[in-house]
Amino acid sequence: MNAPESLATEVGINITINGEPFAAAEGELVIAAAERAGVYIPHFCYHPRMSSVGMCRMCIVDIDTGRGPALQPSCMVPVSENMVVDTTSPQTKKAQDGVLEFLLLNHPLDCPVCDKGGECPLQDQTMAYGPGESRFVEEKRHYEKPIAVNDLVFLDRERCILCDRCTRFADEVAGDRLITFQDRGDQTQVNTFPHLPFSSYFSGNTVQICPVGALTAKPYRFKARPWDLSEVESTYPNPMGDRVVVQASRDQVLRYQGADSDAVNWGWLADKDRFSFEANVSEMRLGAPLVRGTPLGVPDAAGTELVQTTWHTALTQAADAISAAIDAHGPASVAVLGGAQLPNEDQYAWARLAKAVIGTDNTDAQLHDGLPAEAVLGLPRATINQACTPGGTVILLAPDPKEQHGTLYLRLRHALTKDDVQLIELTPTASGLSHLAAHRLHHRPAEAHAVAVALVGGEMAPDGNGCIGGVLADDVAAAAASLAARADRPITVILGRPSLAEPASCTLAAASELAQFGKLLEAGGRPGLAFLPLLHRGNVFGALDMGLAPRLLPGRVGLANPNPALRKVWGSLPQTPGLDAHGILSAAANGQIQVLILLGADPLSDMVNRELAMKALDAVPTVIASDTLPNSSTAKADIVFAAAAFTERDGTHTNAEGRVTRQRQIVTPNATARPDWAIASELAGQLGCDFGYTSPQDIWAEVCHLAPSHQHLQAAQLDSRDGALVIESSIDFAGSEQVEPTPSVDSYSLRLVSTRQMYGKATITQNAPSLAGLARPATLLLNGSDFQRLGVAQRTVVRVISNTGELDVPVSSSADVPRGTAALAYNHPDVDVRALLNHQEAVTDIRILTK
Amino acid sequence: MTTVAPAPQDPPQDIQPEDLQIVTSRFHNPQGHTLAAYIQSGGYSGLQRALEMAPAKVHDEVRAASLLGRGGAGFPAGVKWGFCPPQVWPRYLVVNGDESEPGTYKDRLLMERDPHQLIEGCMIACYALGLSQCFLYVRGEMAHAQERLAAALNEAYEAGYVGANVCGSKHFSVDITLHWGAGAYIVGEETALIESLEGNRGMPRLKPPFFPAAIGLYGKPTIVNNVETLSNLPWIIANGGEAFAAMGAESSTGTRVFAVSGHVVNPGVFEVPFGTTTFRDIIFSSRYGGGLRPDRSLKAFIPGGASAPWFYEEHLDLHLEKTAVDKAGSMLGSGAIVVMDDTTNIVAACHNLVRFFARESCGKCTPCREGTSWLEKILSRILAGQGRPQDLDLLLDVCDNISPGIKWPPRQTTICPLGPSAVSPIASALQRFRSEFEAYTP
Repeated sequence: MNAPESLATEVGINITINGEPFAAAEGELVIAAAERAGVYIPHFCYHPRMSSVGMCRMCIVDIDTGRGPALQPSCMVPVSENMVVDTTSPQTKKAQDGVLEFLLLNHPLDCPVCDKGGECPLQDQTMAYGPGESRFVEEKRHYEKPIAVNDLVFLDRERCILCDRCTRFADEVAGDRLITFQDRGDQTQVNTFPHLPFSSYFSGNTVQICPVGALTAKPYRFKARPWDLSEVESTYPNPMGDRVVVQASRDQVLRYQGADSDAVNWGWLADKDRFSFEANVSEMRLGAPLVRGTPLGVPDAAGTELVQTTWHTALTQAADAISAAIDAHGPASVAVLGGAQLPNEDQYAWARLAKAVIGTDNTDAQLHDGLPAEAVLGLPRATINQACTPGGTVILLAPDPKEQHGTLYLRLRHALTKDDVQLIELTPTASGLSHLAAHRLHHRPAEAHAVAVALVGGEMAPDGNGCIGGVLADDVAAAAASLAARADRPITVILGRPSLAEPASCTLAAASELAQFGKLLEAGGRPGLAFLPLLHRGNVFGALDMGLAPRLLPGRVGLANPNPALRKVWGSLPQTPGLDAHGILSAAANGQIQVLILLGADPLSDMVNRELAMKALDAVPTVIASDTLPNSSTAKADIVFAAAAFTERDGTHTNAEGRVTRQRQIVTPNATARPDWAIASELAGQLGCDFGYTSPQDIWAEVCHLAPSHQHLQAAQLDSRDGALVIESSIDFAGSEQVEPTPSVDSYSLRLVSTRQMYGKATITQNAPSLAGLARPATLLLNGSDFQRLGVAQRTVVRVISNTGELDVPVSSSADVPRGTAALAYNHPDVDVRALLNHQEAVTDIRILTK
Repeated sequence: MTTVAPAPQDPPQDIQPEDLQIVTSRFHNPQGHTLAAYIQSGGYSGLQRALEMAPAKVHDEVRAASLLGRGGAGFPAGVKWGFCPPQVWPRYLVVNGDESEPGTYKDRLLMERDPHQLIEGCMIACYALGLSQCFLYVRGEMAHAQERLAAALNEAYEAGYVGANVCGSKHFSVDITLHWGAGAYIVGEETALIESLEGNRGMPRLKPPFFPAAIGLYGKPTIVNNVETLSNLPWIIANGGEAFAAMGAESSTGTRVFAVSGHVVNPGVFEVPFGTTTFRDIIFSSRYGGGLRPDRSLKAFIPGGASAPWFYEEHLDLHLEKTAVDKAGSMLGSGAIVVMDDTTNIVAACHNLVRFFARESCGKCTPCREGTSWLEKILSRILAGQGRPQDLDLLLDVCDNISPGIKWPPRQTTICPLGPSAVSPIASALQRFRSEFEAYTP
């Protein structure tokens, strides 16, 4: 591919474009070189992030490689020394005019009712190069007007100019070859296969790259004209930090488009993120603070309902509750849960409020479904580009990127298919990348550690079946050999929670082994091994950097080692190390927490231990929530603050690499909603500490002043599309404690694995009408051999029993699941796997009863 | 109507075709497709002989024969074989049996009547090039050829001429895989054929940058040869490359099989000495085409398949020889000679040919996809009496946008030559018979 990054490094092929000399890069295509030289060559099918096909023929120009000028497609021809390119010759002009005329023959020219009108390359180029009048007097081609290729995208085949962009994207980028060309000649059309919709997680990208109005997205159809849109470049709040362009009209967000960031998303977005703006404009949005009141709407602390109130009332009630708790039970009786969805500034303000003003270290942005902050900040961190280094190795010790981190999946897929990266899967079940993996080490749940030890060349002690952790020892040995063979190139471990049915310690133990191996490699002069952590929730990496975690302060510093500047500004610090989410809720359930503050957190639906969350919320006297949308936990709150969504406020975002990029406001907050930093500042004021913030910029200046890891960041860098990388960390990851051997599975049971799938019960997804219905039906997946033993048909409803609980769910066989393992998604809207999870042991074994 | 002088009545020079038959020598034998009949008539002796030679020596023999590719482009096979980049393995041999050019039906007969000759040719090519996998791609509509080839291949496998340790050799094993096309003319283009073979839609790849010999099937070096080209190999190896080169003209060696059709008394497939026979011979000799019907005169003929610009009376004495025909502004192409006598409606003939290309355009390149069907629509309208005077210039300008300059050899704004192919009949017809078009567009 022609990533501009690689171009900048090796400039050196001398060519002439329209009479001007230009130094192009080796291997660069003529069209790309011309673009960099300031010469625009019209095109439709060429896309810099996909391979060239030379279909539209619009970019043909005179290219002379020493044998005289000849018309050649500039998107297919790489530059060569002394090449002469003429994009203005009469011959070129005639050919391009001809192609444009051909393209318009069957194009309906329904621009006045077409969503693309105003931002349409075909329209623009017709204006710039077209003859203005058609010589075509025959009848145009007719097709049924838009057909739905899936639940989100419509296809109008009359408008299509057959550039192969959408079909190429589906095949080459997304790997979902579900739309293709059909028929031939001028009857050629793009379509889906019969009864097989274009069910891709990435279908929205085809709408964005369509050079005409053939593909339109349901959520945007007929909503606006491009010339009425205002736009800002921002960062989508997901852990990848996908760069987006947010477009709005009349103070309402109407569309997200991917922005082409070299370092991150290459212009792509997952549909789940692209269409999530619907949730921000949902009728369910909180527009005013709520407090307890009577059914008639009168505020009353003992009321059964949540009623609207003024900000003053809500803030005062909250501040009073916090003060009372501190006075009566000490600062540790206040806890702050969540905050992973907020921008860095808001997280910092809340961290300062909790740790400096209130004095509690009981803060955790994660809900026991991630990894300890020390591990994330202490392990050597990789960038996405490092992970995709040609010829490198990626070890997947994480959930399926396709289901959880769409654009990372696309980047990794490109690396695996085009850049010779080898993937070693160290996961309990298959992923969306398995068919591209060099080695699939699908181990028994919770036994990654044993496989990791063998993988890095440690003890290879197969059991009686010749297996290590359920993986054939020969397979592990083959993977170990591949890993060693490529040790001269970067190794990246994608680190996350491969299953929420096992504790994080299982994964960390394996990660520690890999980290040790990396150190040995580095000592041997090799590039070593780094980790790309994959956690759930928008700006969770910002939260860790801003200190919204126990035992941490902003700037990747431990609570025990504050830097003097911070101590000076903050005044005081918590006396005792705090609790993580599990600890906070356990303490709350035992009556030790008086005020629980939920920052966009919904422990009732998200906490792995559902019973604990229910007990805790019932036991805490005052629950304060700040959120954009109501959820099951805000329903239990006593005070609810209406928070501004990400398009409604400025800020910065930190992604999995530690990359800080800007988020920008484009619309005013919904009704009276306020950004979280303002809520934190107000509360701090009421508690007697004036932060003095008037804008997120004030806060960011303070962060860059006080947070050691952020002190080098330049404002100009942050303004760039790729932002700035935060690298330094003073946190050490000591490695994890020894893992206890997992109990053996009895022959009647299966061991459970649970991870999130793309569409689920997340509040945002469920409040976006286009996305809400896309969740796959809940299904317990078993290996074919285990499934056969049940003797039931596919999708038969069975009863699943663990020693914690039971539920009814349809069962199916799947080649993705190894023998002895059962998989059930964590975030189904209708089936809650948490009923089965066993929190006493590292594993959850289930039995299946058929009726 | 243009009047054409009556054809000469004197008989063409007498030649002895039996002595000159190389690839059609078994056509007279109804059992010629069986292994028994093939071996009886000296079959597989070329392969046996090749196995006694070093592979490079076999390649040298083919080079010495100056065997031109018989598919259309006429590129020397021995030279093409040498284009594979060194050290890149595996490599493949792909046999292009997707003969679908209108008027062309020589490869079909070669596959139906002498399948073993083709298989032996494949084996010799694989031996010369050190290949172990050959794909035989046969046009989807040729059911009879497919059956005969499949039966022959089974016989050949059983008799040890194909498969592991060919003819008892120690290190030479080849598998031949049969593949039936799905009915698309464009797959006769070698890169589209490779796409089709890979399971993709048959659409041509752009070359350069990569010719199949460098990056072909599954991204590996691939030699794509025509059925007739490979069918010549057994004879060449059995009799020597020089013996082959001694036949025919210096620039076009050996014999060549032509399919004569249209307004002739005796349409059929004829093997003639390459380069020394004239169009007059093959159209008018009683041994071959047998001349026109009584009291008819020659209006035009297509010398090399539907894509070739037309020839007329004055071209009859040209030799069937590559350089001469190229110089005269057309091509021998796929070896199809289509004769049109004075009863031919030129506009309808032109429309018939263009309609074919419009329907067979794969849809990849805009000028071909949209242009050929536009041409077809204009011609339909003219034929229906709805033509306008400006339509003739419009036809030519559309042609010019597909094939800039409307020259020969054609330049093109498309990836493959299908688009310009549709231009040839229109350019020829409008140049010579413009008055017939004008009769439709008052």
